[in-house]
Amino acid sequence: MPSPGYWRGIPSRLRLEAVRCSSCENVVYPSRRICPHCHGTKWEPAELSRTGEVVTSTVVHVAPDDFAMEAPYVLALIETPEGARLMLQVTDCELNEIGPGTAVNLEFRRIRAEGNSGILCYGFKAVPAG
Amino acid sequence: MREVAIVGVGMTHFGELWNDSLRGMFAEAASGAMADAGVDHLDGLYVGNMAAGQFVGQEHLGPLMASQIGMAGIPATRVESACASGGAALRAAYIEVASGMSDLVMAAGVEKMNDGADVTQVLATAADQELEAYHGATFPALYALIARAHMATYGTTEEDLAWVSVKNHHHGAMNPKAQFRREVTVEQVLGSSKVAEPLRLLHCSPVSDGAAAVLLCPLDQAARYTKRPVKILGTGLATASLSLADRKSPAILDAVKDSAVHAYKMAGVGPGDIQVAEVHDCFAIAEICCIEALGLVEQGKGGAAARDGLTALGGKIPVNTSGGLKSKGHPVGATGIAQAIEIVEQLRGLSGDRQVQGAEIGLAQNMGGSGASSVVHIFGRV
Repeated sequence: MPSPGYWRGIPSRLRLEAVRCSSCENVVYPSRRICPHCHGTKWEPAELSRTGEVVTSTVVHVAPDDFAMEAPYVLALIETPEGARLMLQVTDCELNEIGPGTAVNLEFRRIRAEGNSGILCYGFKAVPAG
Repeated sequence: MREVAIVGVGMTHFGELWNDSLRGMFAEAASGAMADAGVDHLDGLYVGNMAAGQFVGQEHLGPLMASQIGMAGIPATRVESACASGGAALRAAYIEVASGMSDLVMAAGVEKMNDGADVTQVLATAADQELEAYHGATFPALYALIARAHMATYGTTEEDLAWVSVKNHHHGAMNPKAQFRREVTVEQVLGSSKVAEPLRLLHCSPVSDGAAAVLLCPLDQAARYTKRPVKILGTGLATASLSLADRKSPAILDAVKDSAVHAYKMAGVGPGDIQVAEVHDCFAIAEICCIEALGLVEQGKGGAAARDGLTALGGKIPVNTSGGLKSKGHPVGATGIAQAIEIVEQLRGLSGDRQVQGAEIGLAQNMGGSGASSVVHIFGRV
């Protein structure tokens, strides 16, 4: 990813900043111009909880080159208490203990070293709660 | 709008075609379609292609491909909708002929995947780069997430998934154009290596090279070119969010349903009228979700369909008689056109061992991304 793109992603990716639609109150992550639910254009800032629940998950065995050293890893769709959904890796867990309903905490982690130049990319990963 | 027919078809073998180039494969398929219809000119060309820019470093395929078949000068455009590029090209050609803008238009699809690119990474560019690929999502992983959701919601099993592959390999073993002309067993599927759980290698379509082309003209001109035209009764294209996180349920492919509703309405037929269908089985779970979304089986009953023989040749509604993407191969941009060719050949009665006897109405459904694009065409024997 070119570095401007990486910088643009900092609020959502590194701070989990979302937005709440002023007209329909749905929380949308990451922020966007037009509400997918009601087409509203007025937003309030909303920060996502650092907790969530697994909606569906998989264990990735064949990974893209940048993630080859990590495989096998769990990838899951996580829903936060605010109703936002994120696709994140689940880490620090037994591969088979993750499934629908698993409670997780979201933690700031290194995601990968990108490409030949090895640029470090950060973001959130989920870890089983408790 | 004018009624539109397909009057010529041509395609290459699908597979690892090390000796064939992107342009060479296109020329083979295109000239095959032109010979089938006995034509020496075209009024327009749409080339379905997902990612030649990434796979082989070549963009701008419209004029390149037109010139490869001696048609430099005609209107020619590349159409991209990820793995639904072929279906989208067919729809564009249909609209151009139906509108009266042009009379003889080729819809083609081509992809060269085996030329050294990181295929997993290139395909992942059809997913949401910022929200999915950034975190290590691959296409098998996205469909695995869909599969796990379907299993949790409807009780679909890993064995159900395996039966889709067994059934499609059974069909593909009879298809001379198929990449894998051999049968597989449930045990082999369930014993193959894990890709993204619950999907294993033999639940996944292969990496393929290939090209396919069809010729469209107004139905009232079709007799000039063929004794066996096949009419396009309806077309539908629908989209959903690129990212799985933005969908109501990851187990349901809304775009497939919406595209089918449009196509059925336009054709004036319903799911019960379809006698043969080509469905986008890029992964076994995709066939299950798609036959549900198309209404060929009840929602949640897709898992049992292949296992029970419902969707096999000789069953109530044969699905993927070509072998599907799984066995025939999946050169992504070419797939939508190859699906249309299988249905055209079925309706022409030319499918040999794979023939569905008396087939008069067939459907082809082509999908892009993790179901963010879906194109449905319904065809009728004339």
